[in-house]
Amino acid sequence: MNFQDIIFYVFSAILIVSALGVVTSRNPVYSALLLVLSFITCAGLWLLLEAEFLAITLVLVYVGAVMVLFLFVVMMLDINLARLREGFWRWFPVGGIIALVIVAEIALIMTGSYFSLEEMPVPEPKGADYSNTKELGRLLYTEYVYAFELAAVLLLVAMVAAIALTLRHRDDKKSLDIAKQVSVKKDERLRIVSMPAEKKD
Amino acid sequence: MEAIQQLFEQLFGTEWGIMLFTFAKNLTLILAIIVPLLLGVAYLTFAERKIIAYMQIRVGPNRVTFFGIPWLRGWGQPIADAVKALMKEIVVPTGANKYLFILAPILTIMPALAAWAVVPFSPELVLADINAGLLYILAMTSMGIYGVIIAGWASNSKYAFLGAMRSAAQVVSYELAMGFALVCVLMMSQSLNLGDIVTGQQGGSMLNWYLIPLFPMFLVYFISGVAETNRAPFDVAEGESEIVAGFHVDYSGMAFTVFFLAEYANMILVATLTALMFLGGWLPPVDITPFNMIPGFLWLLIKIAFLLFFFLWFRATFPRYRYDQIMRLGWKVFIPITLIWIVVLGLIMQLPESVRNDFPFNLWF
Repeated sequence: MNFQDIIFYVFSAILIVSALGVVTSRNPVYSALLLVLSFITCAGLWLLLEAEFLAITLVLVYVGAVMVLFLFVVMMLDINLARLREGFWRWFPVGGIIALVIVAEIALIMTGSYFSLEEMPVPEPKGADYSNTKELGRLLYTEYVYAFELAAVLLLVAMVAAIALTLRHRDDKKSLDIAKQVSVKKDERLRIVSMPAEKKD
Repeated sequence: MEAIQQLFEQLFGTEWGIMLFTFAKNLTLILAIIVPLLLGVAYLTFAERKIIAYMQIRVGPNRVTFFGIPWLRGWGQPIADAVKALMKEIVVPTGANKYLFILAPILTIMPALAAWAVVPFSPELVLADINAGLLYILAMTSMGIYGVIIAGWASNSKYAFLGAMRSAAQVVSYELAMGFALVCVLMMSQSLNLGDIVTGQQGGSMLNWYLIPLFPMFLVYFISGVAETNRAPFDVAEGESEIVAGFHVDYSGMAFTVFFLAEYANMILVATLTALMFLGGWLPPVDITPFNMIPGFLWLLIKIAFLLFFFLWFRATFPRYRYDQIMRLGWKVFIPITLIWIVVLGLIMQLPESVRNDFPFNLWF
């Protein structure tokens, strides 16, 4: 066992424990934080595979942006734990079936002929000047450009839809016009009055 | 160096010896970065108090001295402050979540220090010369927000929580503008490696620095950097006049000091990155004899100090932004500017070589 193997096993252990913690923790804030931990350890595992761009993007996008908003929401919600656990056994069969389907899918992929360990060996280590980022960029913008653009449009549509769904027009809404505020002249606001000094009688 | 490596190999065997040697070497190098950085942080607080004091026609800290030397009056202040903070009790509020309360300052300082791993101080002087350096920096700085949010939540106080919410929204919005400004830098340099970005600005004088073709991006990046570090005029997360001290209102002693250290370490980091990406890093402003005799490391330090002065100057000059104005500046001003500049830059890069040479931009491409 060399140094890389030790790192792999340590990271995997942390990943599994924290992922278990996400679903078993009673406090939703703990769950979200453990999810952050599992993202970071996962990024560490990807670094071992020399996928540095994906690893850093995982941290940047999921840890740096998505989970921050997640935590934001979870912390603001007033979650009643007793109410949350009420229907556990009622919904257990549904959840169980979904879990079974996921396990079956993973098993299919792991044991299938396309993705088995023999078919997908550890990639050959690349030289120091090999840039994962450059290669990914080249592929994304040449061979997979249509898929990439489609995904971008899809995200844009989702974004516009989310804003359109939550945007409500109100008649009594107050808003500022910054341009108007900035272009105000002194004469419009200020009136200088000349008056004689008042004497105290 | 060779001798030490051989010693390690003899002690622990070939494979483990090399591993442990690398580990020990990296640990030493990390200390060589962190210790001067923390000293810099300590004296930045002193510089801030002095500079703002002079701007307000006061004297600033002038009591603590070293061994009673009169002309060093005030210079012992950071040390005295550190000792005072160490001696103080760390009070954990009754309703607070104890573990997260202690974890929060650690999570704030960790990314602020970890980002320094890829910062090049001169062509050879860099701890980790990785290809995706810029991305790594972005990832690390985006993690700094967790400390603030967790501190706000774990304190179990309305003021702290409000501060954390403000800070989270602010940092997430300015990160976008920051990221887009960096996209322009990497379009110019065609590389994510910070060392390559600096060497891309080489060419005789400061006209080759990315400051000139990317001037709007420089402004966007630097102002976003001020917003990201929650410094005045963007310090609504602290907002002492409305929410007492924001997310760290319940912290005391060393736990509070760690937040403070992280803020200043982040300031130095933003200044360093701006110097590297827009002001030519270790390159002298003009490549002629008196200037290029000065070692590159010193040039970088001068540029960092210059930019840090702006941070202090801003704080002494500008009143605090209102919250909706902060959001407007981030989303409605900075992001459109950066998006337009990316398109303009992309179009210029796509021009045929002959046209580009007649273009005023031929200086930089």
